Order: sequence, then structure tokens, then C-alpha cells
Amino acid sequence: MKLLLAFVIVLVLSAVPYIGIKYAGMSYEFGVIVPYAAVAVFILGFVYRIVKWAKSPVPFRIPTTCGQEKSLPWIKQNKLDNPSGTSGVVGRMALEVLFFRSLFRNTKTELKDGPKLAYGSSGWLWLAAIAFHWSFLIILIRHFRLFSQPVPYLINLLENVDGFLQIGIPTLYITDILLLAAVLYLFIRRIAIPQVRYISLVSDYFPLLLIFGIGLTGVLMRYFYRVNVIGVKELVMGLIALKPAVPADIGSLFFIHLFLISTLFAYFPFSKLMHMGGVFLSPTRNLANNNRMVRHINPWNYPVHVHTYAEYEDEFRDKMKSVGLPVEKE
Amino acid sequence: MTDELKQDDLVKINYKPPKKDWMDTPVNFRHGTYIYPARAKNLKYLDLPNPREWSPTDEDWKLPENWKDIILNGMKERLDKYRSFKVFMDICVRCGACADKCHFFIGGGDPKNMPVLRAELIRSIYKGNFTAAGKILGRLNGARGLTKDVIKEWFYYFYQCTECRRCSVFCPYGIDTAEITMMGRELLTLLGCNVNWVLEPAANCYRTGNHLGIQPHALKDMFEMLLDDIEDRTGVKIEPTFNRKGAEILFVTPSADYFADPGIYTCMGYLMLFHELGLDYTWSTYASEGGNFGLFTSHEMIKRLNAKIYAEAKRLGVKWIIGGECGHMWRVIHQYMDTMNGPADFLEAPVSPITGTKFENAKSTKMVHITEFTADLIKNNKLKLDPSRNDKLRITFHDSCNPARAMGILEEPRYIIKNVCNNFFEMPENTAREQTFCCGGGAGLGTDEMMEIRMRGGMPRANAVQYVHDKHGVNRLTCMCAIDRATLTTLMEYWVPDVKVTGVHELVANALVMKGEKERIVDIRGEPLKEKKGEDDV
Repeated sequence: MKLLLAFVIVLVLSAVPYIGIKYAGMSYEFGVIVPYAAVAVFILGFVYRIVKWAKSPVPFRIPTTCGQEKSLPWIKQNKLDNPSGTSGVVGRMALEVLFFRSLFRNTKTELKDGPKLAYGSSGWLWLAAIAFHWSFLIILIRHFRLFSQPVPYLINLLENVDGFLQIGIPTLYITDILLLAAVLYLFIRRIAIPQVRYISLVSDYFPLLLIFGIGLTGVLMRYFYRVNVIGVKELVMGLIALKPAVPADIGSLFFIHLFLISTLFAYFPFSKLMHMGGVFLSPTRNLANNNRMVRHINPWNYPVHVHTYAEYEDEFRDKMKSVGLPVEKE
Repeated sequence: MTDELKQDDLVKINYKPPKKDWMDTPVNFRHGTYIYPARAKNLKYLDLPNPREWSPTDEDWKLPENWKDIILNGMKERLDKYRSFKVFMDICVRCGACADKCHFFIGGGDPKNMPVLRAELIRSIYKGNFTAAGKILGRLNGARGLTKDVIKEWFYYFYQCTECRRCSVFCPYGIDTAEITMMGRELLTLLGCNVNWVLEPAANCYRTGNHLGIQPHALKDMFEMLLDDIEDRTGVKIEPTFNRKGAEILFVTPSADYFADPGIYTCMGYLMLFHELGLDYTWSTYASEGGNFGLFTSHEMIKRLNAKIYAEAKRLGVKWIIGGECGHMWRVIHQYMDTMNGPADFLEAPVSPITGTKFENAKSTKMVHITEFTADLIKNNKLKLDPSRNDKLRITFHDSCNPARAMGILEEPRYIIKNVCNNFFEMPENTAREQTFCCGGGAGLGTDEMMEIRMRGGMPRANAVQYVHDKHGVNRLTCMCAIDRATLTTLMEYWVPDVKVTGVHELVANALVMKGEKERIVDIRGEPLKEKKGEDDV
């Protein structure tokens, strides 16, 4: 049901620009206004969310330690999984953000007869996540070909590496395949694993399908139904230069692609996709475990009611004296 | 206690979630799965709201009239005060990597014990009341309204979490369910929905200085008994001091260490070690508790209970503090004490008077973990040890959740154990160190009425002990946590009855060669050091 709804939403989102372009001639609306609006919403929304998080202080230093602490000099500290200083934290965050260190630990627990619990390593989720995110990033960077004139050397290089298999004309990009395969895996996993299906919401299926739609329309344009690439570049360069103009005959497939991307951008700040920014602010990962070395300040620390020693002694003085415990007041 | 629980039934676990959506599955308060509510007198003693007599099985929980406002305002306040709470509410992608990392889910299969869903219990309310998308899209976006049933569900599941942080190790964003559970419990505290197993110790601790409500004169009597036992078994007479001004060091440990078997043997270990060193230290009857059940109630309660330690250190004029073997106590000492009740500028950076080692890692908080202290002694050859006295023991070590995942104190206890015993065997790596499994009774769950949940939640830990028991003949499970020593004992009796539970310093006590001791023929428990020959042949 949730899945179906997400699917229908993506279908409708694909149909909207198709109908708009084909039957209403709204190429300016879909080629200029929608992308501008989407990018504006993305930037403002993203900043808003980060600022909102940043406004809440971090009252306590609560890293999750995943290795040996820094203690006695002859005990080897695990500096990356239990950092005690800035460089360690940077290293830990880099491993987390670039290589998904925590997800890499993933295990699959199985209960066998006996009872015996077995913990198998379970790398598929990690692999799919890595393949997905890195492919997405590389594809995004490759798209800068459309944003720049002349095309920077690095982007040409990236394209060559990405297409090193040199299969087909135009050359097949590995990341195109990886992205679609990884999204498909993440999607099937969400349906096939009963526990994950149980926790999944429309807002979990939707981004996967949306990104799949983006990838699919991109692949279709590149390999099967060629669109007017010169026209596309003209449109994109116009948008960048703030002198938007929509060349004729780009092809409605491109507008579907663009509209889905615009949707992703506009949807991003209001969704779980904000984990992209949030992971940097996660207090269990981005703080050094130097708690007993350097005092952490809580900006809203306030005085509380305590039971003082004087009150304690007042209640128990006679009993304390009876067993020879020293007291403050006789 | 565990008689009515059949193991065969417990291990028939159905991990498959029900057909019905979790939002449509109301909570069922079944004997063995929930803790009795806090008595009114305990709430009153701690000035907590809405003291009353009630039961979770009642239809009417006698919530305050404006309970909804209290919860929503409470959430808003905490979202503004804790970045952790706000970020964790927003960034979960429901990948499910945490699901089978929780011992309660592994041992029970209840989908709401998957960390992700435990968080959704509160995240759904957050979305429904604090986010635009949730307000507009409602259930489509995982949002729901706040009802009394939600409160009941919170009470049930936030007291089926031991705040062990194992899921947080595996979460790609470090979402920490302990943090979520702590917020959930704080909110429940605003309505007076607490459990007695947490609040009675908290109230006792507030008044008498320790969880068990032991008054100063009785505390001294208890120590007399321990000292008699030490003299009986070693021939050494020890005379520790209490509330002594001018001592160099204050020693604080969980009260269970001097109150109940098997913690007392660990406590005897501390007493013997400090005596042998001639350490200038004192116990305190006012700060006679290292544990802090505030951690299981609210941040404010942590601070209120923890304040005693620095206050007493200041009053007595000591230079620094050593803390005994305890799990959650050390989360509080390590991650909260200095921030809440510091700066401890009236103390000095800790230096071991025996070895001269500066404990650089404790220079601000000025409190050193006993295993850091003892490991340093052994490294510097300051102790005469006879590990063969522990030869009848085949030992494994359970990393307690908080020392492992909130400190990373992994090698110190192992170093000590390897120096005081000859037979040490690690449990499998997915169940040790930062991946250690909870005893199933932490965070205030270690009470008899929770037996089913405890035995289920403790199953992964017990299973790993079973493994080393079968493979290496392990008969002793070492840990450095007072809650462990109590709950693992029950857990072992149930799952792996041949294995007994011990603290690290109990092993030290056995191995420690003391000046003037008599020939040691019994261990610190009074049991023969060597098994009688032929016993196995019977």
C-alpha cells in the first residue's frame, strides 16, 4: 500500500512534465521556473535545517566509543574508533562519511537450534550503500560537463575512468549501472526483509523510486532515445548565467528527467535525505572521547536541589556517633 | 523467579513482524514484561510530579489533566536543549541495520524492540507535532497524534531498553537509542510515570547516600562482616577508615559491592588491595554510592544524585578520587560528572602514590577507574601476585556496556585478569568489546517482575558464555559492573548454570600475596583453592 502510493506519486511526477510539455507547451515553466524554484528551496531549506540543528547546543559529550580509550601510556589507544583529539575525530568522521565505517560493521544475527546465536558478516547493505552514494556523486560531478564551457580537465578524466570498459556507443558508464543496481537492491531489500518492510514508510520508498526514475530517464536519454544534448547544454548554461532561454526540440524525456531532479532537490530538506548534513552533527561520532581530560561545558547547566551533607548528618548524627564515625557538629 | 519460564518456549522466537501496522498494535502489559510503577512516597521524596498509586494494567493511569501539553512542551524544551535528540529525530533513514543488534529483539522478536522502531515511537509524535511534513502528510510520513495509548507504549518500551548503546555502534549516523530512551523516560517522569525499581534506589540514594538505603551505622556493620571474612580467609586484619578528613584519596563504589553476594568479594578485593598498598584513602557514608539511577530517570536527577561525590571530596579535603567496578556509574562519571557538577578545581590531577604515574586521561575530572589504577600497579611490579590461586577457575570476561561503549576501557581489565589468572578465554568477537551484549537487566530493569524480558534480553550474552563454556570449560564469568554481578548471576543460573559470576578485583583478591598472610587454602569466597581430587570422577 505504502509502496504502491510511492510508486504512483513518482509516476504522476513523471507524467506532469510530459503532459505539460507535450500538450500545454509549458517548456519555460518546466525548463526554467521549476528548476530555479527547486534549487532555491533546496538551498534555503538545507541551510534552515542545519541552522535549526546547530541552534540546539550539545550539553554533554557523549561519543559512542568503539575501541580502546586513551589511558595509560603503554596501552594502545584505538585512535580512529575512540579518538581523544581533533585529528582522531576528523579521521573517524572521514571514515564514517566517505566509507560508512559503522555500517561496515554490520552483522546478521541468526538463531539456530540449540539455541545457538550466530553472527555472520553482512556486507551487502554496506556495499549497496557505498555503490549508491559514490555513483550518485560521480554522476553528479559528470553532469558538470553541462555547466561549464570549456569542460574542465578533471571532468573529462572522470568520464574516461568511469567509461574505461569502453563498451557500446556511446560509452557505457559504470556508475550508471552501479547506481541503478544499488537503488534496485536497496529497494528490493526494503520489500524482501520483513522487519525492514515493517518499518518502511512512504517516505522511505519514495526517494528510492524517485532516484531510480532519475537514473532511468538519464540512461534512456544517453543510450536509447537520444535527446538534443546541444540544446540541453544551452538551457543549462542559460540557467547558470541567469539568462534563461529554452531552446526548441530538446525532447520531453529530458523534461521528465529535469522535473524529477527538481522534485528531489525541493524534497530533500524536508526529508530523511537530510542525513547527508545530519551525520556531521551527530554527537556520538563527532566528539572526542577526552571527557575526563577536558571539561565539557553545558551552556544551560543550572543549579539543582541536592541533599547536602549537613542535612544528611542532621538526620543520622546520633547513629554516626554511636559507631564512632566522625561528625561535623557534636 | 525463573521457575515458570520454560527455556524451550523462550527460544521459540518469531522474528516475523505481524501483518498489522505497528501504529495499530496496542501494548499488552503481561506479567514478566513490565516493571511495577514507582510508589508515591518515592516520587514525593524526590519532589517529582504526580505522585499516586497506580498500575500499568489499569485503564486509567491518573495522568495530570494537561498531560498532553506537558509532553509536547517537554519535547519542545528537550529538542531545543539537546542537539542529539533533534538530530536523531530527523536523520534516521530506517535502513534497519540496528534491528538485530538489540538483545531484546534478538531474544524476544517484538518488532518494537528493534532500536529503529523504539525511536519511531517517539519520532512519530515529533513528526506529528513539530514538523511541517508530518503535520500535512500524517501517517504517510510516519506521523501520529499523541494519545494516552502512546504514553502506555512509551512506558512499556522505554523500560525494555537498557540504554546499552550497542545499536549506536552499528548505526551509520551514530543514532544512540540510549539518548532516545533517556528522553522518553524524562518525558514520562514529567507525568509521574516512573518505575519503582529505579525510583526507590534513587530516593534512597538521595537520603542515605546509597541505593539500598543503608544508614551510616549499618554500613559500618556490613564492612565489619567483610573484614572478618577477609581475616578468616587470609589472616590479615584490615581497618579501613570512613569519612576521614585529610585522606589523600576518596574511594567510591556501587553499594551493591558491600551489600550482596557476589559483589562483596569484589569489595573485599578493593579492601585487601588498598590495605596491602598502605593507601591513604577513605570511604564515605554520605557518598556511599557510585551508581546513579538518575541516569535512568532524567538528566536533572543524574546531577542531583551525582553532586555528592564532588561535595564529599571537597568536604573531606582529599586530592583525588578512585571509583570501583561499575558500569552505568562510569558513564555518569566519565561523560556527565565534570560537566554537571565540576569544575573540580579543589582537587588535584590524580597521581598514583605507589607508582608515581600521572593519570593524564583523568586530569580534569580527577577520578580514576580502579582497573586503570590496578593495571598501572601491576605494570610497575608493585603487587606480588600468585595467579595459580585462581587455577580452578576458567575465566571469560564480559565487557560491561558503559565502560565499553561510553569509555572504551577494554584492555585495562584484561591486563589485570591475565596477570592474576592462568586460564582466560575470550568470548566471540561479535559479543565482546564494543560489540558486547548487555546482561539484559541494565538501566533499571534488573528486577524480578521483569524476569521474562531479562532472560530473553540476556540470552545473547548467555549464549556466548555457553559457547566458551562448551569449548573451553569456562566456569567463571568476570565483569566490572555491579548490575552485571547481580543480573548475570540470575542469567547464568537460568541459561548456563555451571558458570558463576565474579568481579575483576575478586580475582585480584585471590591472587594477591599479602604481607603477614597465613597459608591461603580457601579463596575469598571461603571455598577450597584447589578442587578436591577425584571429585570429577564421581
